[in-house]
Amino acid sequence: MGGLWICTLLLCACLLGCPGLTPSAEVPQSHSQTPKLGFNSSDGSLSLDLPMALRVFSVDYHHVQAPFEIVLWIMLASLAKLGFHWSGRVPAVVPESCLLIMVGLLVGGVIYGVRHSAPPTLSADAFFLFLLPPIVLDAGYFLPGRLFFENLGTILWYAVLGTLWNVLGIGLSLYGVCLLAQGSLGDVSLLHCLLFGSLIAAVDPVAVLSVFQEIHVNEQLHILVFGESLLNDAVTVVLYKLFESFLRLPSVSGLDVLLGGCRVVVVGLGGLFIGLFFGLVAALTSRFTSRAQVIAPLFVFLYSYLSYLTSEMLHLSGIMAIVTCAVTMKQYVEANVSERSNTSIQYFLKMWSSVSETLIFIFLGVSTIQDVHMWSWPFVCSTLLLCLIWRATGVLLLTAVVNKLRRNAVTFRDQFIIAYGGLRGAICFSLVFLIDDFPKKRLFITTTIVVILFTVFVQGMTIKPLVELLEVKRKKRALPTVSEEIHSRLIDHLLAGIEDVVGYWGQHYWKDKFEQFNRKYLRRFLIREDNQARSSILRVYQELERREQRGDEEAPPVVDPRSPSRPLLPEEMDSIRRILSRNLHNFNNKQTPAYSRHTLHQDATMDRTRKPLRRHQSLGERYSYNLHTHWLQVYE
Amino acid sequence: MKISPAHIIRLYDRFEFLDKEGSGQLRLEDFAEVKELAMNPIGDRIIGAFFSPGQETVDFPSFVRILAHFRPTDKNRAKDSTQPEPVNSRTSKLKFAFQLYDQDRDGKISRAELLQVLREMLGMQVTEEQLESIADRAIQEADLDRDDAISFEEFRKSLEKVNIEHKMSIRFLR
Repeated sequence: MGGLWICTLLLCACLLGCPGLTPSAEVPQSHSQTPKLGFNSSDGSLSLDLPMALRVFSVDYHHVQAPFEIVLWIMLASLAKLGFHWSGRVPAVVPESCLLIMVGLLVGGVIYGVRHSAPPTLSADAFFLFLLPPIVLDAGYFLPGRLFFENLGTILWYAVLGTLWNVLGIGLSLYGVCLLAQGSLGDVSLLHCLLFGSLIAAVDPVAVLSVFQEIHVNEQLHILVFGESLLNDAVTVVLYKLFESFLRLPSVSGLDVLLGGCRVVVVGLGGLFIGLFFGLVAALTSRFTSRAQVIAPLFVFLYSYLSYLTSEMLHLSGIMAIVTCAVTMKQYVEANVSERSNTSIQYFLKMWSSVSETLIFIFLGVSTIQDVHMWSWPFVCSTLLLCLIWRATGVLLLTAVVNKLRRNAVTFRDQFIIAYGGLRGAICFSLVFLIDDFPKKRLFITTTIVVILFTVFVQGMTIKPLVELLEVKRKKRALPTVSEEIHSRLIDHLLAGIEDVVGYWGQHYWKDKFEQFNRKYLRRFLIREDNQARSSILRVYQELERREQRGDEEAPPVVDPRSPSRPLLPEEMDSIRRILSRNLHNFNNKQTPAYSRHTLHQDATMDRTRKPLRRHQSLGERYSYNLHTHWLQVYE
Repeated sequence: MKISPAHIIRLYDRFEFLDKEGSGQLRLEDFAEVKELAMNPIGDRIIGAFFSPGQETVDFPSFVRILAHFRPTDKNRAKDSTQPEPVNSRTSKLKFAFQLYDQDRDGKISRAELLQVLREMLGMQVTEEQLESIADRAIQEADLDRDDAISFEEFRKSLEKVNIEHKMSIRFLR
């Protein structure tokens, strides 16, 4: 582990030294006065000063400068990440994002100290075009589809209304603060405040994802926060561009505001449709990749990226496009493409998104060190406070309304996590750089950086202990008895089943309709001929036969004669409780990490399905558990 | 308080949707078409609860009658012992849940029946010994008359702290 840190420091030294390898302007000229054979220093290369025709050793840095530096940065990011995971107890306390930002700060500080000029900053273009898409694609590809669509109403509610609430609240209150502090902040207009509000209010998917790795929240909560951070991109982008264009207009009329509202819808739906289109085309393309399996994964990435770029080109929501594309193409691509290609796709997605995320955080740290800071105590402090206050009130209000319509109420603990887990990240940072220049732009930049650092460090580090504190408070009430747990779970399953029978709220009706449409048209069109039978009985039966031949069946467990009942020891009680809480399949409140940046969560489910098939005794031979789709299939 | 006509129409639409053959009756296969039910660990039991013993089909009145169990409880109902227990009272709901366990309808949840349900809910991750010890513990907690089975009264008593009226209600059936 020490070695890793030494490597990292050496890399930093390289990064410092690289520009130094480019010799300053004066050197070649003095040498060119005395031309020597084969000595050519006008293109900036250093050579040994030998009276020989051949150069034995030369360094030509200019030639490789750009890719070399990029690779060095990526290497630094990856080594820092490795070092983080090897460093013992630190990951338990400090989330990875914090450490990466600190490394970035360190590197930035060193570069600044040596060169006395600002270190390279994260350009908005590089961020939006190169660093953000892999992360969002990875998130979209591994999105738990069923959970997402079941909670879609709530997610949209939080994303659209919540963001609007935050933007307007923060913008207007900040304007109030500027009016109060006329002396220092007098030249910040209302539109500027609203613009700032629009970029600072948005919850950032990258930061949220990285912090939620550490705290294990149930799937539903995870999808709520994560879905919100993805979907609020549409609202944020529109509001930002809206206010920016308002700033350029001589005056703003009510019509413009109305048009702005329409734009939100257009941007969101436009991104959606572009994503759908590219997703379907990708699915169709993957149908024909059987003869060139090696490049099949490439299509997934190309089409997704293309959808992102297209919607960015049309000023629509790129994030929505790429998420929709990934969600759409996933089931068809998985069916069409070989197992290995599937694994490659998943691993590459994880790898790229990991690298991207690491780079983003490191650059956040590096970019903090610059000489463009403008500080203003009232502005910065009030922004921080207002962000927290408005988010908390927004979540409370919205949840109060939405709980009346949901079967699983969003509990107070969940609300706290949603409010407190609203982290800001690199999207705000890039957006603030893109503002047209005006006198107080530096103030905005500084404030944004402070807010990002605050949310990532303070909120990121304290959310886990606070959550555990809340859990402890909750658990202080009497533990449910084993009977209660079992019967409650049974009733939960019963209710879920009855809701499915009844087609609760009609959403299952639409889902059934879609599944029918999917089966009749889409699957037939988009999935290769022989693979359509994959979910059929035949394959399951063949798999069964193969297993029985291999003798994988577990020996039937020996049922020991009933032991006389005795009071169970506390350890046994504990283990029973642990077994129940971990294994009782509770669809709505599973305490398992739903999405992990670092591991392929799918591995867990794969192992489970490798166990021998079970038959439901009550229905005899008619039903059997299907490996690939996890559905019971009817034998006929 | 009866189910409103609007809800009955909605339920009838759903009934027709499930009734793929248009025969006016639902069969086992129609229920099996509901995908999520197939994924439900106790899906078979839920389906079975719709069919009266010996019946092969479910007609619409029976369908509604079963679903009426899940209407929210009328908390203000006067406790009038002369009137029959409404189908969505706490007792009726508990009886419905009890019958999910008690497949042989002998009025008691035997150890074997409890084990069976545990096996379905806990899936493949738990060993047989662990299942047995869990079942033992559950029976120990609830079984007051030491007959190694859980009667309906014992079942009701073990769930007295749980808010059954809220848990076992579907709001849209109000």
